[in-house]
Formats: sequence, C-alpha cells, structure tokens
Amino acid sequence: MPDQLIFAMEVTVNGLLNGVMYALVALGFVLIFKASGIFNYAQGVMALFAAMTLVGIQDGRVPFGHLINEIFGTDIHYFGWEVPAILAILLTVVVMIAFAWFVQRFIFRYLVGQEPIILFMATIGLAYFLEGVSDLMWGSEIRNLDVGLPQGINDAIDRATFDIFGYGFFIDNLDIAAAIIAAILVAGLIAYSQYTKNGRAMRAVADDHQAALSVGISLNYVWILVWSLAGIVALVAGIMWGAKSGVQFSLSLIALKALPVLMLGGFTSIPGAIVGGLIIGVGEALFEFSIGPLIGGATENWFAYVLALVFLVFRPQGLFGEKIIERV
Amino acid sequence: MFYREAGDFKTSYTADNQTFPIAFDRYRYYFVLIVALLIVPFLINDYWANAILLPFLIYAIAAIGLNILTGYCGQVSLGTGGFMAVGAYTSYKLMTAFPWMDMVTITLLSGFMTAMVGVMFGLPSLRIKGFYLAVATLAAQFFLIWLFNRVPWFYNYSASGQINAPERTMFGFAVTGPNAEAWVKYLFCLFFVFILAWVARNLTRGSIGRQWMAIRDMDIAAEIIGVNPMKAKLTAFAVSSFYVGISGALLFTVYLGAVEVGEAYGILKSFLVLFMIIIGGLGSIFGAFIGAAFMVVLPVVLRNILTDGLGWDTALATHFEFVIVGALIMFFLIKEPHGLARLWSLAKEKLRLWPFPH
Repeated sequence: MPDQLIFAMEVTVNGLLNGVMYALVALGFVLIFKASGIFNYAQGVMALFAAMTLVGIQDGRVPFGHLINEIFGTDIHYFGWEVPAILAILLTVVVMIAFAWFVQRFIFRYLVGQEPIILFMATIGLAYFLEGVSDLMWGSEIRNLDVGLPQGINDAIDRATFDIFGYGFFIDNLDIAAAIIAAILVAGLIAYSQYTKNGRAMRAVADDHQAALSVGISLNYVWILVWSLAGIVALVAGIMWGAKSGVQFSLSLIALKALPVLMLGGFTSIPGAIVGGLIIGVGEALFEFSIGPLIGGATENWFAYVLALVFLVFRPQGLFGEKIIERV
Repeated sequence: MFYREAGDFKTSYTADNQTFPIAFDRYRYYFVLIVALLIVPFLINDYWANAILLPFLIYAIAAIGLNILTGYCGQVSLGTGGFMAVGAYTSYKLMTAFPWMDMVTITLLSGFMTAMVGVMFGLPSLRIKGFYLAVATLAAQFFLIWLFNRVPWFYNYSASGQINAPERTMFGFAVTGPNAEAWVKYLFCLFFVFILAWVARNLTRGSIGRQWMAIRDMDIAAEIIGVNPMKAKLTAFAVSSFYVGISGALLFTVYLGAVEVGEAYGILKSFLVLFMIIIGGLGSIFGAFIGAAFMVVLPVVLRNILTDGLGWDTALATHFEFVIVGALIMFFLIKEPHGLARLWSLAKEKLRLWPFPH
C-alpha cells in the first residue's frame, strides 16, 4: 500500500476523533435550540467556565479570590484542601445548574417571544458576561486539568496497525476516551428524552410551545432543565478539550468550531450534530493534509465554514434539519 | 419651551421632507457641525485624538455600515472585522503600489473593493436566512483573515507579516505615518464621517432604504409587493461593505499605522461593531454614532475609574469590562431593544410637550 494512502487513513481516523469533539460541543447547541429556539453562542464559554470551575474546585481555589484581594487588600488564594475529581465534577454540575437557573430567571424569561436574532445577540452578550465572570472568579491563567483520563499514544493500535501496514498509527488515548464518553453521553441523552417524564416534557416543548403549555408543562422548568443539560454537556466538552490542550481562553473559541458543524447537520437534530461533526472533522483533516501545504497551511480555521457555506447554498436547513416552511 | 413645532410653517414639499423638520434640531445640528469643524481642531491634542476622537469617528463609519445591513436590511453579519481588513489591505496595496495617489482616492477605492468582496459573500444571503446567514458571514471573517495572514503578496513579503502605512500628505500636511498631527488626522476622518453619514441618512429614507426595511420586516411579503429581494439584499451588502471598508482603511492608515491582521481585525472587532449598533440602536444612523461613542468611551472611563481611581490590576479591570459590556448588551436587549437612539427620541417627544405635558 502506498505511503500517502496510509497517512491519509491515519489522518482520517484522527479527523473522525476530532469530529467527535466538535460534535460534543455542537450537542449543547442543539439541546437548547430545539427546546427554546435560542441559538446559544455562549456554549463555548460555558465549556470554559465549567472547566475553569472544575479545576478551581479541585485545587481548592477561592472563588473571586483575586477580586477580593484587590478590594480588601487581603492575600487569600487557596482554601488549602484538594477535592477529589468525582466530587469536584458533581459540584461543578451543581454550579452549572445554578447558572442555568440564573440565565433563565434573569435573562431569557424577559426575552420570550422575541425574534431569534435578538436572542442570538443576547447570547453573545451572555458569552462576554460569562467570560468576564469566569476570569474574575478563577483568574485567566492556563490551568492543567487532570481528572484521570488516559493520555498519550495508544500502544495497542500502534502495534496492530504496524503489523498490518508496516506503519504505526498515532492515535491519542484521550481521543478514544472522548469518543467513548461522547457515545455514552448521546445514548444517555436519547434515553433520557425518550423514557423519562422530564424527557417527554422536553420533547413536547421542542415540538410546540403553546401546545406544551396548554397540557400543563411548565416552560420555565423545561428551559432550566435544558440549560442545565447543556451546561453538563459543556462540562463534558470542557473536560475533554481542557485535558487535551489545557484550560484557557481559547477553549471558549470551540463554539466557533461547532457552528459549521451545526450548519451542516441542521440546528435541530442530535444525529445531525454527530454526523456533521464527523464530516467536518474528516473533511478538515483531509483538506489540511492534501491541499493545506500547497496554500500555506492552517486551513482548519476556515475550511469548515466554507464547506458548510457551500453546502447550505444547496440545502438551507442542513443535512437533518427540519424543512423550513415560510408563510406570510 | 424651545423645542416647538408651533409657528414653524412648511411651505414646500422640500421643506416638509427635510431631515430635521424641527427648527431646534436643525440649529443643534449646525451647532455640532461648527463645533466639530471649527473649534475641536484647535483644541485637540494627541491623547484626546488617539484615545477617543479618532476611534469614535472611525468606528462610527463601521457602525453606520453594519447598521445599514443589520439594522435596516435585517441581515446579521459577523464578518465586519474581515471586511475592515479588506479595506485596510486594499489601501495598503494602493499606497505602496501607487505612491502618487492621494489618500481620499485610496480610501474610496478601498471602499469599492470591499463592496465587491461584500457582495460576493452576500450572495449566499439569497438562500440562507437568519442566523444561518450570521454563521455564514463568519466564513468571510475567518477566510479573509487567513488569506491576509498567509498570502505574502498582501503584505508585500515583509518579514514580520505586518503592514505599515507609509507617510502620505494632503495639501502639504501629513495625514498618515508617524509625523501626522492630531488635528489633520481628525479633520481627515471627520470629512469622511460627515459625507458618509449624510449619504447614509439620505439613502435610508429614500426608495432603496424603504426596500431594505421591507426586506427586514418580512422578506416574503416584501417580495410579493414588488421589492426585488436580490437587488435589495445585494445593495445592502454593497453599501454596508463600502462603509465598513472605508472604516477599516482609516483604522489602518490614519489611526493604527501598523497592523497585524489577526489582532486588529479579528472576530472581536466584528462583535465590537455589532455591540455598537445594538447599544446605539438598530436601524438608526444617530444610533450608530452614540453606540460608537459609548463603546469607545466606556473602556476609557472604566480604566480611569478602576485602574487609576481604585488602583486595580489592569488584567482584573479588563475582566470587569467584559462583565459590564456583556451585562449591558443583555440589559439593552431586554429593556430597550431599540437602543440609546430610542431613549433619545423618547426624550425629544417629552421635550415637545414640556413643561405642559397634559
């Protein structure tokens, strides 16, 4: 087998695994969009905030420590304890649920019935706000996130592929873990929305707000619920991306990576988010591998967008999106 | 008391249709013009020019441009930064390739170039709507920045990848480059702001502006009553990009002088201009001005209070600024979706009746 083809295969596999990571972020968008029609630009910042909170709790950092020190002239940074990973994750989930309540109570409750684009711009404001809060709360330095996920090259795959092709593939254990966790997460979400009472309420609201209201479903409750779920998905995405490249500001930009995924897959479809993520992941990796060197590299910044744009011109609702019907 | 329509009789259609039908507004407008043209240039110094006045004027042009597209035509764009970069790089290439060309021509040509690029990226708007389009304009943002970063021809193969504005003069005074004086730069920008705002105001209340607004309010209905959506949307993209391009060119040539594209024209710039029009008021030329003023002055004021007044760390003050800007955006969208411009017109309504509101 020619070398180029083998490299291309490796790139494809890595692209697929990257795509899973994109899909993980896109999932949070889809959840909120389906249930409330809000296109939540702040999803990426939520991932950053969740990861920062997780690291902060794990290290026993004092929230707003920097701010308190600056105002009162004190010098406190740590509580002096370390919280085990599982407990820290649970505490972070509590924080994300509190955040969901806050968002619903103070912002989106007042924006019900507004045009989608106004809601979208409000979430851009929310992204700024949350980013500032996250920095004030935990500082803006790069943090290492360690919740015990496996890291480094996967030896088994390396050896297996070496036996077959005479060339060992470099696959990161972390990417495999992310793929498995993403699969569990999606299965869990689908099971939750299919088989529980809350899940049914969620689907009812996604289907038709008015009808859901009229059979006695509390919209407010469901919206807090989906924001919490999106917060938990953001936490998972934040852990994965944070473990991969450190918890830092650039984590909030993964939202920008997820947007083309959504456009491709359709804003309203969970399978769409997964398939879209995989297509973007592979397409991006292969494009960078084949065309990238010819035109200066670093094409992954825009390739996904252009791919999604071209695709949308032919199918404006995305791959799996609901058909857009407009009436006057 | 002063703000009265009574006794202000209009005897012709021209008089009835003028931009400022109330005499007091008209005088205020002339007063502002006189102050801006005849008084400020004598008082201006480098600090005021660089910290407030120049960025205000330049961003005001960008805000008017984006307001035409988003506020009047309803097409949300997140590619403003990328289009500003097109203006900046066009003016750079023109300045270095044709050293004899004067700055007004260069700036206008940069605007036209950006308008063409804008129309190209506006083409998908005929198929894609709402935030699908908003996300699609991000493609323009990322692609353009990448292009200017990676293709050496655009930055004349300079080793740093930066572009630097060479010195150019108008009527013997340096407009660009390190030797340009504050008042010259100010007047140069003011000239563009005045002309462009005047054109924008009259475009938006004419036939083409009404077409844009019809598309914004409901595109299908507009199409049925005979508005050509392709023409309306593409002209909005062209005019808007023209303004944004000029603003980007001025930001580079007059204000910054040296530019690293990802830093000066990144996605944050797109958001900044979007915030200006949200806070100032969607669909209002005056709103673009107050929005730009607000977003330029706010960081300066915050920095003065937090860093100099309270002695906070600069990093902390920056984070605080994020919180405040974000909170303000949400506050405005909830309480006053039409922005500061709406508050202004409410105040004017009240003034007309004052002091006898009943």
